[in-house]
Amino acid sequence: MTLIHDRQSNPAAGDEDRPIGYGRIQRKEDPRFVRGKGHYLDDIVLPGMLHGAILRAPVAHAKLVSIDTTNALAHPKVVAVITGKDLLGLKLAWAPTLSADVQAVLVTDKVRFQGQEVAFVVAEDRYAARDALELIDVEYDVLPPLVDARKALDADAPVIRDEIEGRTDNRIFDWEMGDKAETDAVFASADVVVSQEVVYPRVHPAPMETCGAVADFDAVNGKLTLYETTQAPHAHRTLFAIVAGIPEHKIRIVSPDIGGGFGNKVGIYPGYILAVVGSIVSGRPVKWVEDRSENLMSTSFARDYIMQGEIAATRDGKILALRTHVLADHGAFNATAQPTKNPAGFFSIFTGSYDLLAAHCSVTGVYTNKAPGGVAYACSFRVTEAVYLVERMVDILARKLDMDPAELRLKNFIKPEQFPYANKTGWVYDSGNYEAAMRLSMQLAGYEDLRREQAEKRERGELMGIGVSFFTEVVGAGPRKHFDIVGLGMADGAELRVHPTGKAVVRISVQSQGQGHETTFAQIVAEELGIPPEDIDVVHGDTDQTPFGLGTYGSRSTPVSGGAVALVARKVREKAKLIAGAMLETRPEDLEWEKGRWFVKGDPSAGKTIAEIAMAAHGTMTLPEGVDGNLDAEVTYDPPNLTFPFGAYICVVDIDPGTGQVKVRRFIAVDDCGTRINPMIIEGQVHGGLTDGVGMALMEIIEFDADGNCLGGSFMDYLIPTAMEVPDWETGFTVTPSPHHPIGAKGIGESATVGSPPAIVNAVVDALAPFGVTHMDMPCTPARVWAAMQGRARPPI
Amino acid sequence: MQIPAPFDYVRATTVENALELLARYGPESRVVAGGHSLLPMMKLRLSRPEWLIDINDLYELDFILRDGNKLRVGALTRHTTLLESDEVAGLFPIVRDAERVIADPVVRNRGTIGGSLCQADPAEDLSTVCDVLGAEAVIRGPGGERILSMSEFHRGPYETAVGQDELLCEVRFGIRPRSGSAYEKVERRVGDWAVGAAGAAVTLTADGTVDDAAVGLTALGLDHPLAGAAAVLRGRHPDEELFAEAGRLAAEACNPVADQRGPVDYKRHLADELTQRVLRRACARAAQTQEG
Repeated sequence: MTLIHDRQSNPAAGDEDRPIGYGRIQRKEDPRFVRGKGHYLDDIVLPGMLHGAILRAPVAHAKLVSIDTTNALAHPKVVAVITGKDLLGLKLAWAPTLSADVQAVLVTDKVRFQGQEVAFVVAEDRYAARDALELIDVEYDVLPPLVDARKALDADAPVIRDEIEGRTDNRIFDWEMGDKAETDAVFASADVVVSQEVVYPRVHPAPMETCGAVADFDAVNGKLTLYETTQAPHAHRTLFAIVAGIPEHKIRIVSPDIGGGFGNKVGIYPGYILAVVGSIVSGRPVKWVEDRSENLMSTSFARDYIMQGEIAATRDGKILALRTHVLADHGAFNATAQPTKNPAGFFSIFTGSYDLLAAHCSVTGVYTNKAPGGVAYACSFRVTEAVYLVERMVDILARKLDMDPAELRLKNFIKPEQFPYANKTGWVYDSGNYEAAMRLSMQLAGYEDLRREQAEKRERGELMGIGVSFFTEVVGAGPRKHFDIVGLGMADGAELRVHPTGKAVVRISVQSQGQGHETTFAQIVAEELGIPPEDIDVVHGDTDQTPFGLGTYGSRSTPVSGGAVALVARKVREKAKLIAGAMLETRPEDLEWEKGRWFVKGDPSAGKTIAEIAMAAHGTMTLPEGVDGNLDAEVTYDPPNLTFPFGAYICVVDIDPGTGQVKVRRFIAVDDCGTRINPMIIEGQVHGGLTDGVGMALMEIIEFDADGNCLGGSFMDYLIPTAMEVPDWETGFTVTPSPHHPIGAKGIGESATVGSPPAIVNAVVDALAPFGVTHMDMPCTPARVWAAMQGRARPPI
Repeated sequence: MQIPAPFDYVRATTVENALELLARYGPESRVVAGGHSLLPMMKLRLSRPEWLIDINDLYELDFILRDGNKLRVGALTRHTTLLESDEVAGLFPIVRDAERVIADPVVRNRGTIGGSLCQADPAEDLSTVCDVLGAEAVIRGPGGERILSMSEFHRGPYETAVGQDELLCEVRFGIRPRSGSAYEKVERRVGDWAVGAAGAAVTLTADGTVDDAAVGLTALGLDHPLAGAAAVLRGRHPDEELFAEAGRLAAEACNPVADQRGPVDYKRHLADELTQRVLRRACARAAQTQEG
């Protein structure tokens, strides 16, 4: 028996294949997680800490008539009760969203969605805070709710944002991209045009750890320390400075270990602000952690796109053009995280992986009486919706043309020699080799054999489906000339210090929620400097400790911060070269680099390792002119372009013809994320995303009843997949490095979430072909599949 | 963390003690065994007992015992124990069928047969199992012990004959030769409540015709075994035509409600389809027993 503490903290596969740089090593963060030693927000306990709880609206749309807090304040353990009226006095009743809208922190005039924040109780313990919520007496005057986005622009629709002067309807924006006239002309002369409404229902990221904050305002020195479940600590610091008026140098945001984010932890929720207000009011630290129902009902949802798609092609299967109009339900406040000037984010990547003559998309965003959000759940800023639309449309076209869906895709891919490829809606794809990935996926799947098996099964009345999807992602926002969030450019900083003994610490601005940053970024430094990853500490998640940067979402950590870390390590390497030259009494240009050391050209025995150089840098040796006595560097990396990971997915399903139950039998995922830093972490990311895909395709949806009641407010109602619903994932890869990224890496965090739902739905629809089914919307629950078999497929919303 | 309303807690040491505690704390007290139905309801504050009487120490109620032509199962027997018992699976294969699809291992490790039956959730599987097996419920209270048939025990959704001051102690199953049984459930995901499920128990005569049969439905709006099933099936040779007839009967008799798990027409279809499946399997198993 081996005692746990006898084991190495970071055992790699074996000494001989233990990489100094890229390769398959176990995660440096895992020993603490698997031993239950992670330190999450709810583990934080500060002396004198109080606990907050939020009273939430029971109805979706109602005038707030009155709030009586007398009984709650009389509770012996209640310290304070904060209402919207109190916040009005502090000018904190409304806070800016990430999409140039405002959101109520606490209701002042009327409730706009069920679960909206109405009052905040601060009490000595969590139980008392929760109990006291029932002692607050609120009178509501219920208004007719607007639940159906399709009716949002009707003349008689209730106006949800009537607090905005001059607003008389629920339209948030109309936005379009591409050349409409050109696209219409191509459609007009095309042999074949197919249309389909494709719905991506509202789903929820549902991280295992819900959102929360611990606010600690020190009135003596005026400093706010705010522990938050946030994917973007630096952006939050700046926003808190702007919103709360606390000077930015007096704000420290700490994002501890995060139990999953998926975009759910990008925005600033009212609860975070209320914890701060509670701490200022009470003079004591205040912890607020939402429960599962609060998380599901009030924090950022994802998707909710009703997409009318059209695709034009020649009779022999050359795809010519795509067009779509989207109705986007943004809920009661436009709080989508938004890095572009486009209110639909990256949706205009909807041309997918195909070489088209023309394309046009338009999106209308509307308010409804539902929780705000929209960009969340590993979606790469609406790429999920875009890829789902195009991959459904291509499949529908294949059926119309009686072509194999894989063959149709192969016929229309952008060719390797066409990169960099400018699509018709404003994107320049950096690199790609789509056919290679598609063919590898087909080979791993045994595609021909699967089609033969399917034909045989159909003869016997068995329902087997094979679904193909090919996605192009766009990640790594982004070049600061094009991308910002509320005015903050999206470049990322990195700082690297090599200590005298050759051990290093790298400080990064992005925050891990499970992506393995502490390992991956150490490996990047290891690759560049030749010191082992276990000798490199990665510091993140604390704004007092790390350089500025915009955070982890949209698969941007490796494309942006990964670039920063590679460049800062190269800067250190170059500095090391100067010092090595002095140590070896030779000109730096006469030195040559091999992983870990500089040596004299033609005399490999005369060289200095990074550790030797670090000691010399901090020692007593006379350093070359202009070289500081350290081996440190810092950079801010402004990426020249986004990166465009891609992949080819094939899904095999079996459907029980008597019950409509779908079983995902096989799933083959070939991903190309460019340079692969740690294949094990990449595979883990892919496995997670594929599981997400099964969830969305088969079971996940946040529904509302006619009164606007959220029907997905617990894990009893909102289903997320388990190990029982997923097959053994079969993964493969190709490598097409990004030509502009310092190490050629592209990001992998969201590829599988983006790429897998269309593969699964395409497989379900393929299985149902004998019933004449050409489309069904997610989620493919047994009842919905059975309805499709009866010719009664209906959109879920 | 979802926080229940304030409550007090007491741990019973024996059945007698549990009955005393029930008498002492009255209608605002609730018995907790596995807790996997009650505690979530308390956390959502849909259930707000003032007292929880924990019976997890009543090991005297955790047993599976063959007693002549009866199988006696203590009310505190965990789902996992039932699932893993080869003796139970041999006598009543429907139990293993059902236990395999009850929630997930975490719930099955704690949840008990007594808790399931007393909760009487319309989507609860063991109620249907006990219904079609013609089980008896042994209830103890201040007045002593009484034994009820399942039709007396089960009074409708969330309602049983167990009085506030009583405790379900045991479930008894009659062992019959040439019998087979089966259960099948459709769910949106493992661990979700049933969209619909069906259970069947069949006894064959020596010549292979149906001697007795019971069909029950779960979550489909049928509280008691399908009336008339035995009359239709008895004396007939089990074949596809017969199963289809029983399926039609079930579809007509059920009274499902539309919800997020599915509309009425689908659920009615499931009543038909699943009835046919469980009868087919139960008859095959009965025939096998006969041969064996």
